[in-house]
Formats: sequence, structure tokens, C-alpha cells
Amino acid sequence: MFPILSAVTFIPLIGALIILFVSAKNENAIRIITLLTAIVDFVVSIGLYTDFDSGTAKMQFVERLPWISRFGAEYYLGIDGISLLMVLLTTFLSVVTYLSTWTAVEKNVKEFNIAMLVLQTAMIGVFCALDFVLFYLFWEMMLIPMYLLIGVWGGKRKIYAALKFFVYTMAGSVLMLFAILVLYFEYHSKTGVYTFDILKYHNMGLNPMLQFWMFLCFFIAFAIKVPVWPFHTWLPDAHVEAPTAGSVILAGILLKMGTYGFLRFSLPIFPDAAVSASWWISWIAIIGIIYGALVAMVQSDIKKLVAYSSVSHLGFVVLGTFAFTMHGIAGGLLQMINHGISTGGLFLIVGMLYERRHTREISEYGGITSVMPKFAMVFVIVTLSSIGLPLTNGFIGEFMILLGVFDANRIYAAIAAIGIILGAVYMLWMFRRVMFGEVTNEKNKTLKDLSLREFIYMAPLLVAIFVLGVYPNPILDKMEVSVKNLVVIIEKSKAEARHEVAVAPQPLVAKIEVVGKRD
Amino acid sequence: MTMKTVVSIIPLLAVSVSLLAGLGIFLLRKYPNWREGCSILAALVKFGLVMSLFPLIRDGYIIECPIVTFPAGILPNLGFALRVDTLGFLFAVVASFLWILTTLYSIGYMRSLEEHAQTRYYVCFALALTGALGVAFSANLLTLFLFYELITVSTYLLVVHEETKEAFSAGTKYLTYLMGTGKLFFLPAIVFTYGLAGTLQFKPGGVFLGVDPVWAGLLLVLFVAGVAKTGIMPFHNWLPSAMVAPTPVSALLHAVAVVKAGVFTIVRIVVSIYGVGFLSNIGIGIYMAIAASITVVGASVIALRQDNLKMRLAYSTISQLSYVILGVMLLTPDGVKGSILQIVAHAFGKITLFFCAGAIYVGIHKKYISEMAGIGKVMPWTMGAFTIGALSMIGVPPLAGFSVKWRLLLGAMEAHQILIVAVLLGSTLLNAAYFLPVLKKAYFEEYAGDSHHQHEAPLIMRVALVSTAIITVLVGLFSDSIVSLLGEIS
Repeated sequence: MFPILSAVTFIPLIGALIILFVSAKNENAIRIITLLTAIVDFVVSIGLYTDFDSGTAKMQFVERLPWISRFGAEYYLGIDGISLLMVLLTTFLSVVTYLSTWTAVEKNVKEFNIAMLVLQTAMIGVFCALDFVLFYLFWEMMLIPMYLLIGVWGGKRKIYAALKFFVYTMAGSVLMLFAILVLYFEYHSKTGVYTFDILKYHNMGLNPMLQFWMFLCFFIAFAIKVPVWPFHTWLPDAHVEAPTAGSVILAGILLKMGTYGFLRFSLPIFPDAAVSASWWISWIAIIGIIYGALVAMVQSDIKKLVAYSSVSHLGFVVLGTFAFTMHGIAGGLLQMINHGISTGGLFLIVGMLYERRHTREISEYGGITSVMPKFAMVFVIVTLSSIGLPLTNGFIGEFMILLGVFDANRIYAAIAAIGIILGAVYMLWMFRRVMFGEVTNEKNKTLKDLSLREFIYMAPLLVAIFVLGVYPNPILDKMEVSVKNLVVIIEKSKAEARHEVAVAPQPLVAKIEVVGKRD
Repeated sequence: MTMKTVVSIIPLLAVSVSLLAGLGIFLLRKYPNWREGCSILAALVKFGLVMSLFPLIRDGYIIECPIVTFPAGILPNLGFALRVDTLGFLFAVVASFLWILTTLYSIGYMRSLEEHAQTRYYVCFALALTGALGVAFSANLLTLFLFYELITVSTYLLVVHEETKEAFSAGTKYLTYLMGTGKLFFLPAIVFTYGLAGTLQFKPGGVFLGVDPVWAGLLLVLFVAGVAKTGIMPFHNWLPSAMVAPTPVSALLHAVAVVKAGVFTIVRIVVSIYGVGFLSNIGIGIYMAIAASITVVGASVIALRQDNLKMRLAYSTISQLSYVILGVMLLTPDGVKGSILQIVAHAFGKITLFFCAGAIYVGIHKKYISEMAGIGKVMPWTMGAFTIGALSMIGVPPLAGFSVKWRLLLGAMEAHQILIVAVLLGSTLLNAAYFLPVLKKAYFEEYAGDSHHQHEAPLIMRVALVSTAIITVLVGLFSDSIVSLLGEIS
């Protein structure tokens, strides 16, 4: 059988290797090789979609080879309905991103493209890995290219932003590594087997105390990545300093690593801890939604505004996920895809403005619609998608999350609804200030409208926005069984918890009696 | 009684023809005559498609047209679908027919005033009509919300058409009220309805059977607050501000399509989500009727003091729209029928009045009632139509407005609500108080304008406004036939 998952994972790396042998002066050749690599990767990943059996929650396209047998580490890849969608999002957005960097990056083109391709392999690897060692390897492998993207090709405060990004993520990673090792030894002490097989850790019956602490370690690692308030402060800095391509990948895919981590690790490995933590996680998600939106509102820098909007939007995803209902989790997953498309699109748009005017201050713009009408059309569609207007992709996801949260807790749903309206406020207000009114700034009067290349890389996003807006079935169909599987795991844990509470009082009374006798 | 249903693609065609027209108008932007031809053609085709459903509706069929069904494992009983029943059909006939006349009128208006950005104008108009028909033909609340928001966005660009500071601040208000309430109240209400009832499908008799009455009542408040297109107080302020838009926009959209989409939504929710029977058991209807009464009276009082003719008409619209809410919340057969008839009757009456206001502006450049002395002689056609529209608003027999008020009064008495009867009678007096002075000024005072500004509006505009005036009379005469189409309301 053709190892299709390995192919999808390592094609970008092969592309990077080929570029190594191309002269750095040959910039266009490098760009074309990068683009072709991404297109091939995307086409191969479509094969994953078409051959995927949406009737089972089991891992598919599994590849399993012994690797470091002394530790029980394996080369173990596989995807279910959740990771399939994330892999596709990655290969799709990568093509769009490479097209957008054609003229944006002018120095060290060779190194830039190599970094991007290595990053792509790492991201896909994270979504496919089913062995903890392999997973961790890919996870750390993402860090370095992203650090370089910000630190080398970034803006004025790039070193600060890159370092902040690195320190935050690293801190989370270390906690996660610690937790992985604890799980590893715990599993060995229970079964006598050393393994890093992630699926084996599902339902391993950890005691509540250990579960709580391990859950917390994983949670912090992922929460930093998402980022969940109050771990979000690295994000605006990273976004503002990163080049457009870096921002698109960061917002579109890297942030989803966190929410993906919740679905792949936190929920199935620590269901009891997840259930008992859901109330405070929901609250910090809600705080993130409102806080992110309010801070976005007062930004004078367009890119920072979009960055804070991510904090708010991903708050919704986390809220939906920790509602533990079918609608909530599925809606969260759908919204992860939607956010990748809409916010990716927004960063591309900010990039276009920046390439023309070399500023991102909202006050520098105004009345752009009359100078760049085609650009205005694209911008308005992406903006409306970002605020979840019906007919665009954001709507169904928002609808499902709200529904899922309503099923679980009606108060959360009511507050979350307020967050939705705030999202519309800052986006539309920004749009109005940038695009409407008179052209007051002389420099804006001669701006060139959308070029053909720019239109070509926005077009797939626009199509996705409208298609998924009315027909989300291709995504929902694939995720359905996998999400249901997660919900069943959580429901089981909840049922057991209820059972324990029901029988709890008796031994408690007995204990008090014993204590009494001692006195 | 079992429903006779038939599946057809015509509803989808009828909705989307104006969407395609939008594209056509955009492509023909360099050729104004062809561009306008595209608008007129689309309007005619749209009306034709809607009317082609008439035989089925008359025979009591429901026409269904599923578009997208979501995976049942995740979102059961949900998707985007169209469905035509008598209620939706009536609204669709009104909106699509008036689009033809408004397009004609627009051509006269926009060309006489040499307006800018006419392509954008016609594209947005077509999109708004897609939204209006989509609302009429929606098979469930999700689909309805989609089209409801489409109307908001496309009409926003019409409100800010002039691109002046005033227009932009009106536009901001417009979006804040409509999208704000839509996202803050309407969307959560829809989500919660689905969470409680497990479906958003419109069904005769409603889908709320077995739902906790407290929640159902709470959601009704959310719905009424969320559908701000009804112009119910205190969510009415967007409407007067939106009068900065060109007059054909005020005429078709802010007197018919947009606001009627609002009240239609409320009627739809009451009839097909709650069910009249279920709602009367909860007993919340009368409070909603009283809330609507406050708007009926309040807006009329404000209308009295407006000197700008369009503003007076705007407040009159707010007042008249709440008749629809008031009627349906009475939850009696005559109340509901009167309310639905009002959607039709007010549409023709009010569009006539707005057409006239625009004609007066184009003909003699007057906006204020105090300047309109003696214009009855200068513009006989326009003022003749205006008189019919105004008398219909007041409720003079046999005009359309009368047949509405008659049924609403019956409905109020069936419900034993003397207070509502008093409101209806009182508001009729108020209607007379703000319309009759305009007629008196026009007919019984001397013309004060300069002599070379003494001509009627272009012929194409007069054709439009005289036609709507005639229909206002016809709706009044044949109101029984219209109502009998509705059958029994349960």
C-alpha cells in the first residue's frame, strides 16, 4: 500500500531539500519549486479526503513501523475525521500562502522558502502522529522555522517578538514533555509495557489526582498555543512582527494546534479531569471572547486588531469544545477550519495594504474603496465571513457552537451571544475607517488595485467562504463519527462520576465514626 | 387535514433570478440602457415565476424546494430549504410586483437627478429583492435568517448611497440597529429555539408543543426585539434615519421589502413556530399587542410634528407596521388575517405615498410639507395618487386600509380587548390628523413656487405611482378573496 500519510507529511521536506541545491540567486525558481511542492502536497492530500471512510472513528491510513524499540517509540501515523480536516486545512492554506509571498519577501528568499516548507512538514506531522515521541518531535520542529520567520523576516521589534513566542511556547512544551513522561511510566507500572502509543493512553484509568495534574500540564501547553486568555500576550507581538506568510500560517494553522490538542489528548486521555475542569475553562474562554473583542476594538494597528480577534474567535472554539456536546465540539472543529480561512484571508488582505503603503495604522487609510474597488469587494467578503454573517462560512460554525453551549449551559450561551455582537462591532468599524469616506491621505490616491496574482490566491478562499457557508456537509460528514466518539467518552466519564456520587455518602459516614472512636 | 405538498424548483428560481440579475447589472455597467433593461427583465421574470405558483396555492398546495440538508447525525432536521404557502406567497407577490414598478420609477428618478453610482444602486436593489423573496419563501428559521441578513447588508449600501457624512451616520445607525439586534437577540433566539424544539421547520400549528412555556415566552420577547426590521419601539430609530437614501429606496425597501420582511418574520414565527393555539395558552400575546399599541400611537404622535414629508411617511410606516404585530398577537382568526392583509394593503398604500414624495421632489424640488401649498393643481396625477394612499392609511372605505382596520377591530373584539379597540380607533384619528393637513395644503392653498418650476414628474414615474394607487383601491375591493386564500389559521 502506498504510504500516503508519509507522502503528505514529507513532500514539503523533499521540496526543501531540492531547494537546498538551487542557487540562492535563482529566486523565481525557488518560488516555483516551493509552490509546486505545495500544490503536489495538496493534490495528494485530496486523495486522503476521497478515500477516507467517514463511517468509523478508527484511525485510517495507518502506517506503523518500529522505531526506537528500546523505549517503545514507533513511527506511527494515522488520521481520524478530526486530523483529516486539519491536514487538509494545512495543505490548502500553504498553497495560498506561498502564492502570497511572491513579492512580499525579498531578502533571503531561499532560506525563507526552506523554513516555510520545513514548517509545513512539521505541522502535518503533528496532526498525523500517533506516537508521543514522534508527535513531540514534530511539535518542537514547528518552533524553529516559526521562530526564524518572525526573527529574520519580521518587522521592527522582531527579535523581541520571536523570543517571546519561543519562550512562551517552549514553556508549554516542557510541561507537556513532563506530562508525557509521567504518562509513559504510569502506563508501564500498570501494564508492564513501555509504549508511546497515544491511543493506548486513552481510557487508561488514571487516578483522579494524577489525572488532574497531567490534564493541567497539557492544558497549559495547549492554552498557550491557542492562545487562551491569560496566556495570549505573545500572540499580538508575534503577529505584528511576523511577515504576512508567517501570520497566515500562525493564525490559520499553528493556533489550531492547541484546540486540536484538546480534542486529541485532553478529552480522551483525561475525561474525568476535563469534565471537572470544564466550568473554569468555560469561564476563561468567555473572558477571552469578551476581552479579545474589547481589546481588538481599541487597536490602531489593523494587524493587531486581527490578532486580538483571533483571541476572541478561538475563545468560542474552546467554549464549544468544553461544552462536551456534539454540537459544541463539531461546531468548534468547523470553526477551526473557518477561522483558518477567514482570518488567514484577513492577514493576506492586511499584507496587501502593507505591501502598498508600508503601514498598518488604520488612521493612515480611509476611502480606499474608491481607489481599489476590486480589493474592496474581496475585503468586504472576508470581513463578513469573519463576523459570521449568514451565507458565509463563519455563520454555521458560530450557530453550532452557540447551540452546543446552550445544550450544556444556558448562561454561558447567553454571554457568548454578546461576544458575537462585539465581533461584528470591531470588524465593521475597522472596515469603515479603512475603506469608506473621503481619501484624505495623498499617498492613498495612487494605490494600485488587486493584481491578477493577488486575486488568484484570494479566489480559493472566497470560494471556500461561500461554499462552506451554505454547504458545510463535506466537512461535517467527515468529522461526525470521530466527534461522536469523543462525546461518548465524555458521557461515560460523566455517568461514572454520577454513579460514584450516588454511592459516596456511606463510606464517608463510616470514616467519621472511625475518627470519633479514636478520640 | 393533511397538507398537499409538491416539490418544485420554481421557488429557488424566483429567489435567485435577482441574484443573477445583480451579476448581469454589474457586467452591463458601461451600458446604462442595457443595465436598466436587465433590471426590468429580471423583475418581470421574477414576478412571472412567483405568479406561476398561483394555481397550486389556490388549490391549497404547499410548494417545497429543499436546497441543502445538513448531516442528520450532527444537525438533524436542519438545512436550507424553501417552502411556499399562502402567507409567503402573498408577500412574494407584493414584493416582486412592486419591484417592477419601482424599477421603472427608479429609472425616472435616478436619471432625472443624475445620481452617481447607479450600477451599485441597481445591484444592491436586486440583492435586496433576493433577500425579500427568500424571507417569503423560507422553509425554516435558519434559511429565513440568512435572507434577513442579506437584506440588511445589501440595503446598507443603499442607505449610504449619497456617501455624505449624514448618509454614513445613518448607515451606521442602520447597521447597529438591524445587525445589532439580529445578532444579539434574533440569532440566539433561533439557536435556543432549535435547542428546545429540535427543529426550526415552519409547520402549521407550530413546533413548540411540549416546550416549557416560560422559555417560549422569553424567546418571544427575544424574537420581537431581535427582528428590528419591524420598526417596533424602542428599536425604530434606524427607519427615520434611513430616509437619507434615494426615494425609490425609501419607497420599496423602507416601506415594503425591508420592513415587511420584518413583520412577515414575526407573523411567520407566531403562526408557524409557536402556533396560534400554543401561544394563546401561554397568555403572553396580549402584552406583545400592548407593546405594539404603544408604537402605533407613539409613532403617530411623532409623525404629527414632522414637516419633512418623507419623515412624516417614515413615522407613519413605523406606526402602520405595528398594526401587523398587534393583529397577529391578538391570536384570533380575524386578528391574524387582518394582520396579514395589512402586509399587502400597507405595501401598496405606502409605496404610493413614497412614490409621490419622490415625484414632488423631482418635479418641483420640494421636501417640506409647509412648502407644498397648492401643488394639487401643479401635479394633479401625483397628488391624486397621494390622496388615495393617504385615505387608505386613514382607513376610509372602500380602500385597502379600511378592510384591514375592520378586521383588526373584529379581531380585538373577538379577543375581548377593549383597550386594543380604543387604540385602533384613536390611531385612526391620529392618521387623519397627520395626513389631512397635507391634502388641505395641496388642494386648498395657492401655489407659492416660481412659475417655471411647474411641471409633473416624468411620465415613467407617474405610471408607477398611479398604478400602485389603483391597486390600493383594488386590494380594498377584493380583500375577501385575498383573505380566503389563507384558509384556516390554527
